[in-house]
Amino acid sequence: MESNKTPYYIYGVNGPVIHVRGGRSLPRMSLVYVGKQRLFGEVVSSQGDESVVQIYEDSGGLSSGEPVYPTMEPMSIRLGPGLVGGIFDGIGRPLARIESMAGAFIAKGINIGALDEEKKWRVKLLVKDGDAVKGGQIFALTNESGMIEHRSMVPNGVSGVVSGAVADGDYTVMEPLAYVEDEAGRKTALTLSQLWPVRTPRPFAERLPVNRPLVTGQRVIDTLFPVGKGGCAAIPGPFGAGKTVVQHQLAKWSDADMIVYLGCGERGNEMTQVLDEFRELKDPRSGRPLMERTILIANTSNMPVAAREASIYTGMTIAEYYRDMGYHVALMADSTSRWAEALREISGRLEEMPAEESFPAYLPSRLAGFYERAGYVDTLSGKEGSVTVIGAVSPQGGDFSEPVTQNTQRFVRCFWALDRSLAYARHFPSINWTTSYTEYYNDLLPWYKQNFGEDFPELRERIVALLNEESSLNEIVKLIGSDILPDDQKLVIETAKVIREGFLQQNAFHEHDTYMLPGNQMAMLRTILRLYDGARQLVSTGIPLRLLSETGIFSVLERMKFGLGEGRKPEEFEQQVDDALDRVRRANA
Amino acid sequence: MRIEYTGLAEINGALIALDGVKGVSYDELAEITLRDGSRRHGRVILIDGERVVLEVFEGTSGIDLKHTGTRFLGKPMTLGLSEELLGRVFDGTGRPIDGLGEIYAEERRDINGPAINPVSREYPQSCILTGISSIDATCSLIRGQKLPIFSGAGLPHNELAAQIVRQAHVIGQGDGAKFVIVFCAMGIKNDTADFFRRDFAESGALGRTVMFLNMASDPIIERILAPRCALTAAEYLAFDRGYHVLVVMTDMTFYCEALREFSSSKGEIPSRKGYPSYMYSDLASIYERAGLIHGKPGSVTLMPILTMPGDDISHPIPDLTGYITEGQIVLSQELSRKGLYPPVSILPSLSRLMKDGTGKGFTRDDHPDLSNQLFASYSEVSSARSLATVIGEDELSERDRLYLKFGDELEHSFITQGMYEPRSLDQTLDLGWRLLSILPRSELSRVSDKVLDAHYVGASRDGGQ
Repeated sequence: MESNKTPYYIYGVNGPVIHVRGGRSLPRMSLVYVGKQRLFGEVVSSQGDESVVQIYEDSGGLSSGEPVYPTMEPMSIRLGPGLVGGIFDGIGRPLARIESMAGAFIAKGINIGALDEEKKWRVKLLVKDGDAVKGGQIFALTNESGMIEHRSMVPNGVSGVVSGAVADGDYTVMEPLAYVEDEAGRKTALTLSQLWPVRTPRPFAERLPVNRPLVTGQRVIDTLFPVGKGGCAAIPGPFGAGKTVVQHQLAKWSDADMIVYLGCGERGNEMTQVLDEFRELKDPRSGRPLMERTILIANTSNMPVAAREASIYTGMTIAEYYRDMGYHVALMADSTSRWAEALREISGRLEEMPAEESFPAYLPSRLAGFYERAGYVDTLSGKEGSVTVIGAVSPQGGDFSEPVTQNTQRFVRCFWALDRSLAYARHFPSINWTTSYTEYYNDLLPWYKQNFGEDFPELRERIVALLNEESSLNEIVKLIGSDILPDDQKLVIETAKVIREGFLQQNAFHEHDTYMLPGNQMAMLRTILRLYDGARQLVSTGIPLRLLSETGIFSVLERMKFGLGEGRKPEEFEQQVDDALDRVRRANA
Repeated sequence: MRIEYTGLAEINGALIALDGVKGVSYDELAEITLRDGSRRHGRVILIDGERVVLEVFEGTSGIDLKHTGTRFLGKPMTLGLSEELLGRVFDGTGRPIDGLGEIYAEERRDINGPAINPVSREYPQSCILTGISSIDATCSLIRGQKLPIFSGAGLPHNELAAQIVRQAHVIGQGDGAKFVIVFCAMGIKNDTADFFRRDFAESGALGRTVMFLNMASDPIIERILAPRCALTAAEYLAFDRGYHVLVVMTDMTFYCEALREFSSSKGEIPSRKGYPSYMYSDLASIYERAGLIHGKPGSVTLMPILTMPGDDISHPIPDLTGYITEGQIVLSQELSRKGLYPPVSILPSLSRLMKDGTGKGFTRDDHPDLSNQLFASYSEVSSARSLATVIGEDELSERDRLYLKFGDELEHSFITQGMYEPRSLDQTLDLGWRLLSILPRSELSRVSDKVLDAHYVGASRDGGQ
């Protein structure tokens, strides 16, 4: 602990920005405790004998002359078992323990670490005395939750020979389990936990190509705009377009091993909802509660703004830590715009020169620094792991030309543009199929052919072509109505409507429709195109499309998703399509 | 004994600066004595060594550099709280203005309440029925929600808010006695405040209403403090006294303008349209105080009213509000011009909490389905209408004509209702299904066959067979 005597004192206070004087300037990004209440803060700049500190709590009550205690260490988080299933604030403090200490409202000056230091974990050691180990190597296993085996790693930079290894048994996160002695004779204790400075990316052996998708069970994403494991995707959209619901859906149903859900400057009730829901909902693969693979970081919009700025680094560090154990982690950041605004607010208080829309000029480099920490890697422990980043963007007024959206677009390769007009029509997820894109598609194609079916690329291309054709036909329909169109064009419009309403739309709150297996997604595509091909043939022989529409087969396919969810077989629907086509054909023979 | 500092270094807008001040803390309250002996109050907003900048609540007119005494009170701004708040009227800083004297305070609290720990929140799920069809069916209000009304100049947002206050009740709970209103006026005209006061009096709600009034002519610093006082009172009544509190705040646009004026006098770098870059965080510190807490009986439900400048929903004020609140009720000039009341524009209106507070076990099983289908069908109406203006109604297809009919009926019999006409949920939902039955059954693709079998009452089945 820092000493009680310190030459440093508060000189000025401007919101969360504190000017500190009294000694040599403090190292940038080092941690300090400010004032008698010992509020947590970080040095953001230094000049001569003055250092500027941003504090992570409300600055009310601080006065000039109060002492400031420097630690000279960067801001770090203690990583170890006990993170999974927990909810933490932007600087990694466990909110549940804060509640039991301070009640329903968050009090100031509570300095506690992320992990419960009393709790004992059942540990299985993988090393014995005399073994040679190096940084990143897994040396102990703990059952952290029903779904996650915690693999404790030798801290980075530590290597040597193991001595004093304990027997398997119950230990806390702080108890030494063994010692590592290096060539110079220095001994380092190995514990279940390790400190890591949040703003520093954790090292790995090698970056691997992104060639496996994150399978989400969301039809529009899996078939049209997939993101790779280890990739980055952005979800921009105006308010009410459903960003948060998409994030929740991905957190619930995607096939990642772990989810780090970062509520950055968003609503408190949304975090409560995630907490409540994820305890109830079961993972479709393992049948365990989703909370057993989830870590929540909650820095809601009314919590201190500087902690909001730090929260994405806290979340990323935790994600990287589990990646290093060999897990596929998905980091949901909702919303990166709130983070950028925190950056802007602090920059304004520091009186820095503003750039576009008064965001600081370093916004793009900070965004790049965040998104570049995603990736699919060979870890130091010889396993494969990945961090996939899904960042929500909340552009002002829904205008995608604003700086955060624009700069984010430079660093992500998958862009799910949410559309206000689709949301107004309650077309959810409101991912616009003409303005969204993914650059991962070609890298993922071999996987798709293997797992979705050889015909996947063809089906996808035909679906996209139909949607495109519809949108150009719609220009005409807007002017003259659809009655005037020839039957083959009417058929395009009818089929595209089935694709839009039956396939692309997915009801997140419908018991059976919230998630769809890849096999069923493919079956839907095949059935829709089977109808289209059959109908085209009918129309080409001069049979009016109206007769086919009147069989109601189009609306049967629009509701096919509910039927599949209830357990009906795809073949039934194919049969219905064939029957309808036959009936019409025979009636007009 | 506290020192009184004589003289000021600078006066700028609502701010004054003093030099040579020691040991003052951020957010501390100060008492300022003018040359004529009158008193004002201020708060520390910047400390720079021995220079201290204060905001003056009552404004700086009449203050001079030389003959002004400043005494720091050593505490932040607090509001006195007890159940005696009910039935009283205060100004924006929480001083009584109804001539009945100070209240007896059981405790005093900092008006910048700390944030609710997300772990302690309880997810809001009890639906409040407002008796207004367009809100109950498609944009349900939930207890503990923050649901603003986005309005425009000349629209009846005050009437709508008053009607909601009159009619609101929770299903299956006759706890009207524990229901109270906190009304916060920011920069509004006296007539508007009078309208609310009269309406509360007529419906017998005045005795369980707390009013914080900051009129258009009152100082802007008080306007910034008013919602904070109101919410501190609301939190106390809800979480300490177990009341269900509905907070009506009008008009957030004037609040934001006060914030902008204050920010520019501090010399801060402006962001979009001159509003300060921290406006999102500032609005969040107000809106996020709504909610429910585990193990506490009361609730704070927030209904802010804002007029969208130029009816522009992407203006920073509605935009930032919409990103924080859990949905919005949007009023439309177009419907109002047609003479419809309440002019609730269904498509852009949204209640985010509705999905978890309606339907099976909450309201009626078919409620979410109906709401989904109403939205989807109504959104088709506008394309049919624009087509009709191009090619004429006669040339429309049968389907488009039905949509036109559906749209008109919806607006005239569903959205429209009397100012003193509460509709029960059953009335509203049954009316909704009746309207949907104008359309062919095959057009209702959002609803499963099972639900349609139970509720579809139209003549045409499956594509008009």
